[in-house]
Amino acid sequence: MAIPQLELPEKPGFSSLQGVTFDQGLSTEDMVINIGPQHPSTHGVLRLVTTINGEIVKDMEPVIGYLHRSKEKMAEGRSYFQYQPTIDRVEYLSSFFDHYAYVTALEGIANLKVPKRVQYIRVICMELNRITSHLLWFGTFLLDLGATSPFFYAFRDREAIFDLFEELTGARMMYNYFRFGGVNADMPVGWLDQVRGVINELPARFDEYEAIATKNPIILDRCLGVGLFNLQDCLDYGVTGPAMRACGVDNDLRKTQPYSSYEDFTFDVPTESVGDVYARYKVRMAEMRESLKIIHQALDNMPGGDTAEVKKIQAEVDVVANEIKEAQKRVALAKKQEQEPVAADVTLAEKTIPVINADWQTYGQKVNLMTFKPPAGEAYSQVESPRGLLGCYVISDGTPKAYRVKWRGASFSNLTILPSLMIGNLYPDLMAIFGSLDIILPEVDR
Amino acid sequence: MPFQIPQWFVWLHHKLGVDIFNEASQVLMLFIWGVVLFVLIAIVAKSAVVFMVLMERKVLAWVTQRKGPNRVGPFGLLQTVADGVKLLFKEDIMTPGQDKFLFTLAPALFIFPVFVLFAFIPFTDYFTALDMPVGALLIFALSSISMLGIVLAGWASNNKYSLIGGMRSAAQAISYEIPLILSVLTVVLFTGSMRLTDIVTAQQTPLGPLGWYWFYLTPLPFLVFTIAAIAEVNRIPFDLPEAESELVSGYNTEYSGMKFAMFFLAEYAALFVMCALSVVFFFGGYNCPLAGVTMPWGTLIDSTYINTPVIQSAQGLISAGVWLEQQIKLPGVAFLLDQLEKISWTVLKIYVLIFMAMWLRGTLPRLKPDQLMGFSWKFLMPIALLNLFLVGLQKFWAYPNDTMPDLIASVTGNWGYLVVWAVLLVGGVGGFSIWMSHNLQEKLKARFVR
Repeated sequence: MAIPQLELPEKPGFSSLQGVTFDQGLSTEDMVINIGPQHPSTHGVLRLVTTINGEIVKDMEPVIGYLHRSKEKMAEGRSYFQYQPTIDRVEYLSSFFDHYAYVTALEGIANLKVPKRVQYIRVICMELNRITSHLLWFGTFLLDLGATSPFFYAFRDREAIFDLFEELTGARMMYNYFRFGGVNADMPVGWLDQVRGVINELPARFDEYEAIATKNPIILDRCLGVGLFNLQDCLDYGVTGPAMRACGVDNDLRKTQPYSSYEDFTFDVPTESVGDVYARYKVRMAEMRESLKIIHQALDNMPGGDTAEVKKIQAEVDVVANEIKEAQKRVALAKKQEQEPVAADVTLAEKTIPVINADWQTYGQKVNLMTFKPPAGEAYSQVESPRGLLGCYVISDGTPKAYRVKWRGASFSNLTILPSLMIGNLYPDLMAIFGSLDIILPEVDR
Repeated sequence: MPFQIPQWFVWLHHKLGVDIFNEASQVLMLFIWGVVLFVLIAIVAKSAVVFMVLMERKVLAWVTQRKGPNRVGPFGLLQTVADGVKLLFKEDIMTPGQDKFLFTLAPALFIFPVFVLFAFIPFTDYFTALDMPVGALLIFALSSISMLGIVLAGWASNNKYSLIGGMRSAAQAISYEIPLILSVLTVVLFTGSMRLTDIVTAQQTPLGPLGWYWFYLTPLPFLVFTIAAIAEVNRIPFDLPEAESELVSGYNTEYSGMKFAMFFLAEYAALFVMCALSVVFFFGGYNCPLAGVTMPWGTLIDSTYINTPVIQSAQGLISAGVWLEQQIKLPGVAFLLDQLEKISWTVLKIYVLIFMAMWLRGTLPRLKPDQLMGFSWKFLMPIALLNLFLVGLQKFWAYPNDTMPDLIASVTGNWGYLVVWAVLLVGGVGGFSIWMSHNLQEKLKARFVR
């Protein structure tokens, strides 16, 4: 009787079972198992057609598209601003990043200036969003490994940050807050202090999470040396983000091509050298702490400071500006009536009308969102999202609707490496590896 | 204490028309009290499980900083009842391709042995329905039957996840039953009896909790037993047969309604039984944890009567009946109080252990199957075997005459025993931590090979 032998590939998938022979004198048959589209640990509607022999994965093919909503085509049928609320749904866990990519692409086409204050607000939003996204990843990753409690702990902190977002944007997940050349509205009064209050608590919480998970023997057993890949694999498959940085490359757009004033902040890019599940875990945990650093700096150096101060200065400026304007009106009226204007009015009217510091505005240049019509042209903008490189390519033909919008989602590229990592590994390793790649299916299918 | 016959007891016999001192009536009473005892056990089992389901939800809620069920009844006490009613009225879904007979048989096969096991638990020295001389053996023989139910459920469901779950369960049951039984074997070896009440009585020492086997035999057998027991009842970190993130719900994926409820109940019942056995084997059963303290009612019981050979040799059922026939010669109130005290201690200890299991569930992630197997065969098995050998030595030194001497005297008289004990404790705990750190270092090293 012929005994089937399992062939284990050497690269790029690294099997934790290397060196183990499966020839045990037993005749075994392969079984094709459909993991998903509805499955607790596929994080959405991914279908993995997996061939397993016992617990060993022999082949795997991801089938995607169950959540395809033609997000790119939708852009061609509606105006730029009408399209904006729908991109929240592309990647609902960190939608500030999608908005940022889209908005900056259009700012590039229309050549809109963005005030410093807006840039800082955007940085705070994105970094807070990176923390919420990583927190959700932390919870679900450990849930995939079988630990239930961290999920609730992570959600507790996530909710606190969502409260901040709700205060700022009016929504907890679908923000739609960034605008072409600015943000929808300035921060609520005292919001900076609220943020400070929330993030001051987070380091202690992160310590607790690490105490639960980082040195837990079972987690070490399941994560160390599992799902290994190296830099070459990252380049081959287009893997970016924390998964790439876990291979020892400090490739982070925030450092290499600073956008939105990231050059103002000092922070490290956490890297790990090994490139296994555990390294990805460590990188993400460290990234949350780095995000906190950035947020602290942005809060402290916010141009104009808290909204209350800006409003106060704005009111003072408005008083002076009104006086000047009225003086000018009186002078003009006097000239019209061919009378001699009051001397005080003349000196006042000759003064320039004061404006608030341009860096403190929430808009560089107000655009009418409904009739926003950028000139013909094209722009690509990319942003370091929690999952990796997120790109948005917009072609404008001068009409109010985009000619073409193309998204480059990190999840899609990161997913492509999964089958090669899985082949030869155990079936439960799928949950560790898949969880560590941090894929979100709406972004894959778009 | 004046001698009292319960009036209702005499009245009952009078109504039934049986002579209280007649042999035939004794047989009848045996039968009646046997049935009563079994009904009592069934009620205890069901209510314990119903309470445990709520307790688990509350404990997990507490661990994860939630409130837990608090809508149905005061403090959510009726939540499990509501869940039960819901499951009762749910459609019993059967999908095509299932083996109907085995699909229906599986939950029954799973739940039946577990509930039978309740009869073995010595809640007190008398409130134990089956106090068999081979109790320890029979318990593990019965508990392995329930694994068949899981395998059958996995096979009959016509679902690949269920199949994997069932197969995992079989592998797990085989691997973990051996260290489980080996660790119990140390207890049996030391006690010299497989009767559960004997094992509990042997732990009745002036040392109190320190004389119980979890400490007296060093914590190692207890630890091995705990780990293996958690694996036996399929709980985190060993819940591979129903690993939610991998196998959806494992062997019970296709089950709904009352069939699912039976699996659900049996799992909790199995946890209760395992904790109860742990209490019996390692935590002194119904013994009072306060060393050297005798409750006022304890002194009132006629100890010479309880230790009569009739009671000792009779099997549980008969002994219960015989006792009830003869009990009228005893001061009943003192006896009842004593029994109540013992039940309280047993139940308290059991629930403390159950709480620990729930706490573990809220804390730990899940192992992989290869690690699960490796842990059992490469780590637990050698330790359990070593334990068995060392406990043999311990017994040889502490009790050379195979009797039960005064513990303190034996310790002071046998320095060899003390040395063995210290070596066991220090070596076991130290060895375990060294092994763990070595293992970790190896893994960290192996990580950089590529």
